[in-house]
Amino acid sequence: MTKVVVAGAGSIGSLLAAHLARVADVTVLTRREEHAAALREQGLRVSGRSDFTVQLGATADPAALPADASLAILACKGTDLEPLAGGLEGTLPAATVMTIQNGLGAEDIVAAHGDWPLLSAVTFMSGTRHGDAHVEYVLDTATWIGPYRGTTEEDAREAAELIEAGGLKAEAFPDLRPAQWSKLIFNATVNGVAALTGLPHDFHFAQTAKLSDLGHLVRDLVDEGKAVAEAAGVQLHDDPWEMNVLATQRGHRHFPSMLEDVEAHRPTELELINGALVRAAERLGVRVPLQTAVYRLVKAREASYSE
Amino acid sequence: MRIAVVGCGAVGSLFAAHLSLLEDVEVWAFDLNELHMAAINRDGLRLTGAGDVVGRPRATSNAAELPPCDFGIVATKAMHTEPAIAATAHAFAGGFVATVQNGLGNEETIAQHAERVIRGTTFPAGKLLEPGHVQWDVKGDTTFGPYDGRTPLAEAERLADACTRAGMPATAVEDARGPQWRKVIFNASTNPIGALTGLTHGRVCERSDLRALVTGLVDEGKAVAAAQGIELDADPEELIDHAAKPEVAYGHKASMLQDVEARRQTEIDYLNGGIVRFGREHGVPTPLNAAIQALVKGVEASWTQS
Repeated sequence: MTKVVVAGAGSIGSLLAAHLARVADVTVLTRREEHAAALREQGLRVSGRSDFTVQLGATADPAALPADASLAILACKGTDLEPLAGGLEGTLPAATVMTIQNGLGAEDIVAAHGDWPLLSAVTFMSGTRHGDAHVEYVLDTATWIGPYRGTTEEDAREAAELIEAGGLKAEAFPDLRPAQWSKLIFNATVNGVAALTGLPHDFHFAQTAKLSDLGHLVRDLVDEGKAVAEAAGVQLHDDPWEMNVLATQRGHRHFPSMLEDVEAHRPTELELINGALVRAAERLGVRVPLQTAVYRLVKAREASYSE
Repeated sequence: MRIAVVGCGAVGSLFAAHLSLLEDVEVWAFDLNELHMAAINRDGLRLTGAGDVVGRPRATSNAAELPPCDFGIVATKAMHTEPAIAATAHAFAGGFVATVQNGLGNEETIAQHAERVIRGTTFPAGKLLEPGHVQWDVKGDTTFGPYDGRTPLAEAERLADACTRAGMPATAVEDARGPQWRKVIFNASTNPIGALTGLTHGRVCERSDLRALVTGLVDEGKAVAAAQGIELDADPEELIDHAAKPEVAYGHKASMLQDVEARRQTEIDYLNGGIVRFGREHGVPTPLNAAIQALVKGVEASWTQS
């Protein structure tokens, strides 16, 4: 049986680990030992769009991970990736490592800590944790996978097939950048505006009837992002404005993680998302005054509670 | 001379209390806050802080009680201008109506109900502590000027003279848009940044990236003022840096941040929204001010969710 490591057991990590454990030998790497103990003792329960409980291995010690694992998915939040990758240095000698963080630059953070073959992924699914051993599967949208370093589309397809066999949706791409940039622009815009306004991602984000309606700002932010993608030579997989409109029509009010982080006074994924977009724009000589304003405002908002 | 102050919150109370000290002026105070009006009629209108004053204006929440007046001074929040002047305009049929409010567009709104309008900008500030009692935080000047050709400069001078004699220094100028736009640009470029980030004025200014955003907002405001031929009477940038000094207003939470923390409607539509509107009328792009307006309106919309 394929051995898989899932590092990070937030909602995305838990969803991946539980579903993969139905078709593979899964070990979860957690940050807290109590979390690993809860998983070993109770297994991991999934409710919502799936409904099952599965047994799996779990540890908080990277040195205890199986040396013969062939796939390791790093599913932590972007802000936790650097310490996680650092802790994995010298481990998982046989594994291909897959990042799945929001934004840009996760692959390079991992690459600096080992010479594993790397896959990139973006995920559009979502879940809600209800404790250490229970996750609710909320949005059953796909995870997209592409080669990054020392891998091919074939490697991406194998990973996608394994995830599909476990009961989640996944798709392999020869080049992930078109999808990654679509999501980057979407997240930089929607998460940033949500964090600053306190609004969940709801109808306000697509409203354009009045001149001061929020939809105009959202569209202008998306247009700046598209100009950066174009300058980077990336042809977007999806139009981020259409992604925004569709998401607001689904009828349930999604609370982007950046909004939840700001409200809980936690560090946000701002640097990997908005920071990455603004820095790419600067490198490519594209003017993005509105994305820059949103980036600076959220950064200052974080400073208001973290300093 | 008879003067009615329309909107008797902190700033309106400063004017009403001072003016009522003059022998030759009869002062009326109008506000919907009935407790405040009743306390004024019972005990007088007390100011403490930057100065101690007890004034005795006649106070009412019933606009029909206002007698014909020579001057009105509108001091409501900008979003209340329309109903306030609509209710009281009858008292100014033969007189002049001045505004000392924040933001842009108040004169236009007043002019829809009153024939002769005086533009005004005031810097004193305070807060209502309890009915009949206002804390006077900041002293400052007021500038008046004719809104259009229907108001002679001499009338703005007459009102300024009364205010000055009463202890609220005021001057009258032919074009009062300079001080008004200076204050609007200052407020629009700093208040919402504090409101969106939670930072005090000084902390906004010491972050160089945020200070650059403030400059971007100031530059748009200056361009819109210039397109109308308005000469600012001082550079908002210098005022912003001055206010950031520890001994001035480093630790000051902008009123808009206080509004947001208390979930009160802000004056964003009359500050950044005003700059955007005048910019559109004069063909000057104001993308940053429009973005800030949309974000603060988003904050207000979030309060009616869930």
